[in-house]
Amino acid sequence: MTSPRWRQSRAAAAALGAGTVLLIVVCVEALIRAGAINRFVVPLPSEILVAFPRIIAEENVLHRFLQTAQEVLWASVLLAVVGIPLAVLLYRMRLIRLATETWVAALAAAPIVLMYPLFLVIFGRTATTIVMIGFAAGLAPVILKSLEGLLATREVLLNVGRSFRLTPWQQFSKILLPAALPSVFIGLKLGLVFAMINIVGVEFLINFGGLGQLINELAERYDLPGTYGAIFFVVLISVLFFVAMERLERWLRPAS
Amino acid sequence: MAGPPVLEVEHVSKRFDTAEGALTAVDDVSFSVAEGEFVSIIGPSGCGKSTLFNIIGGLLGDYDGRVAVGQENIAGTHASIGMVFQEESTFPWRTVLDNVAFPLELKGVAASTRNERARHFIAMVGLAGFERRYPAELSGGMRQRVALARTLASEPRILLMDEPFAALDEQTRLLLGDKVLQIQQSLKQTTLLITHNLTEAVLLSDRVLVMSYRPGHLKRKVTIDLPHPRDPDVVASDAFTHYVAEIWHDLREEASRGMREQETRVLAEGKR
Repeated sequence: MTSPRWRQSRAAAAALGAGTVLLIVVCVEALIRAGAINRFVVPLPSEILVAFPRIIAEENVLHRFLQTAQEVLWASVLLAVVGIPLAVLLYRMRLIRLATETWVAALAAAPIVLMYPLFLVIFGRTATTIVMIGFAAGLAPVILKSLEGLLATREVLLNVGRSFRLTPWQQFSKILLPAALPSVFIGLKLGLVFAMINIVGVEFLINFGGLGQLINELAERYDLPGTYGAIFFVVLISVLFFVAMERLERWLRPAS
Repeated sequence: MAGPPVLEVEHVSKRFDTAEGALTAVDDVSFSVAEGEFVSIIGPSGCGKSTLFNIIGGLLGDYDGRVAVGQENIAGTHASIGMVFQEESTFPWRTVLDNVAFPLELKGVAASTRNERARHFIAMVGLAGFERRYPAELSGGMRQRVALARTLASEPRILLMDEPFAALDEQTRLLLGDKVLQIQQSLKQTTLLITHNLTEAVLLSDRVLVMSYRPGHLKRKVTIDLPHPRDPDVVASDAFTHYVAEIWHDLREEASRGMREQETRVLAEGKR
């Protein structure tokens, strides 16, 4: 599976991705300098680059980065621990599935972040509020995609399990879950995106926690290069979590 | 060849409730398979072959009659029966070795022993050297051989196969037929094959049971008196051609009836 050709194509894809980002940055820089984009709305990428050492030293970015990353991690763990078993429950109990599937789908579109006052009342102005909002926002895609994967498991594979007289637990752990895993991971990745947006959004709204709070403060001070620099760290968390999830998926199901 | 019966199917009938009323898929089917015997059930599409496969394999319940393995009546799946399915059934997330070792893993066999056993069956189906490959890297015929090796690794008393090579091209199918013949002769494996392929049935079997079109019942039992060990070149012999013609005579009538009924049904559905 890890042939030199495969590695080469992976390296080429990574180089192409990085090259594209670099090209966009250069274009934006050129457009701002040419006056096509207002520099009071979008700062020069070179200014953002210069702002990095400043926000790292003065704004304690690394600590805030870890704080947000920790919140995202907890939300992701909760999504996996609660979301996947809920999908299994809906898979096993057809009546409950038919009764609730539409509601779960509707939950995916709900602007949960607007319910932050309710969460503040329940959990206080703490990291728990932020994690729980992130978790609630990411739950629907995890349930829906995991359920989709479980339902798409080919009947013949389940019959192979039955022919080998697997116990219900073996049938789940050795056939259903591995078969559904690619779809489960798509759900987890989508859930992670939803959770992250909401976590940073709530940090911004309640002026508490990690990078969201920092973005709020820097925007209030109209420090645009610093604001965009802080947003870069949010993107970095997202990239790191995506890479970690892809590694985990490949480890759990090498043939993916 | 004829030893004591290992598998007995007695007066098995199965009815399904459909929108058009009750449908009898299998009607009073009785036969037995002796130790080491290779029996094929052949019939036109829609004759209830796969229903019978599922009943004998224990995947389908709520039928009339009796299925017994070594005098013991069975209900549900049975450790003595190993099944090979028509559809591609390898686990895509497992390597060839891990696929074949699967039944041994369930039995709790130590990793080194089960891998050694799995390698033995992989070699038997002619896939030595592919142990670390994933099913996605293999052709359809190779994947079916993996599925066959996996079932053989469970060392079932009865190998039950439902048109395992139906989805493959004719040449691959013939070659795999030779492989099954080879394996069956070396293991003396009691086998029941469900098929709609005439040459496959005659080449591999000691007896061929011909099923009628709906409701599926046994129309005829043909003993294939060709020499053992059977060489794949036997297909060129007069005796082989005679058996194929004899079975086709019965089958053609049923297949024609099936085709006519299907056409009538399609026309009726079109009018609705």
